Amino acid sequence: MTQALAFLYNPHRFMAFSAWAAPLLGTLALGLAAAGLWLGFTAPEDYQQGDTVRIMFIHVPAAWMGLFVYLCLGGASFLSLIFRQALADAAARGAAPLGAVFTGLALATGSLWGKPMWGTWWVWDARLTSVLVLFLFYLAYMALRAAIDDEAKGARAAAILALVGLVNVPVVHWSVEWWNTLHQGRTVFAAGGSRAANVFLVPLFLMSLSYMAGFGALWLVRIRGEVWRRRAAAAEARLAR
Amino acid sequence: MLDLDPGEYGLYIWTAYGLSAAGLAWLAVSSLAFARRWRRRAESLEARAAGEDGEGGHP
Repeated sequence: MTQALAFLYNPHRFMAFSAWAAPLLGTLALGLAAAGLWLGFTAPEDYQQGDTVRIMFIHVPAAWMGLFVYLCLGGASFLSLIFRQALADAAARGAAPLGAVFTGLALATGSLWGKPMWGTWWVWDARLTSVLVLFLFYLAYMALRAAIDDEAKGARAAAILALVGLVNVPVVHWSVEWWNTLHQGRTVFAAGGSRAANVFLVPLFLMSLSYMAGFGALWLVRIRGEVWRRRAAAAEARLAR
Repeated sequence: MLDLDPGEYGLYIWTAYGLSAAGLAWLAVSSLAFARRWRRRAESLEARAAGEDGEGGHP
């Protein structure tokens, strides 16, 4: 853990690490996606959901990533706020658009599954509503950063907002147990073992690993971009003197 | 066997996959473009700054 965090304290080491890690993770993501899609489209129809079960192979990973990326955003914001680590702030800034897209895709694909299965695009149940709130936290984080001209003040305000939004993460996770929801309860990690058959679980896990690797690759790329942006700003300031 | 005929649910399934592909592709392209744009700008400005520092350092 200490070793992993050391990258946050040393931009040079981070740039050297990410230069080879990002393409490696990107290649891994594409390979896992190819395997996951192949198995997903060779799996039989579900006895209840029919062919719409194939939407689960992209909906569930997007939803998991929406939550996971928010934890990354919150962790990086905490390090940025408490320890004033510039690279942690770059990591938080880089994570937000990725998490927003994953969460947006979870909402959209869930809606496209809900219409044929539930007969409605949307219901205001606890799971769907809390995921919508998660999506709004991502948007608010990016809007707040963009709205404040002083970059340091904007980063601090956005980090506080990100930490406040962490309260919503357990609400999303346990909403299906705390309240009666139209959204089904936990299936993959249900108490007593998964309630899904392996023929669906394997492509689901492959796609989830693909999304995770893809996020890792793009997060590193975005943090690298942020480091370059700050180096450009520093060089510009030197030239202006 | 590969089943690419989702029958009556085709519209929902292909729209979901199309949206996901478009969203993820946009993320990849925008992330790479963002990093490339700032890398070029930083390298160009740092080269200029180093040049000016060099001129200033040898009167």
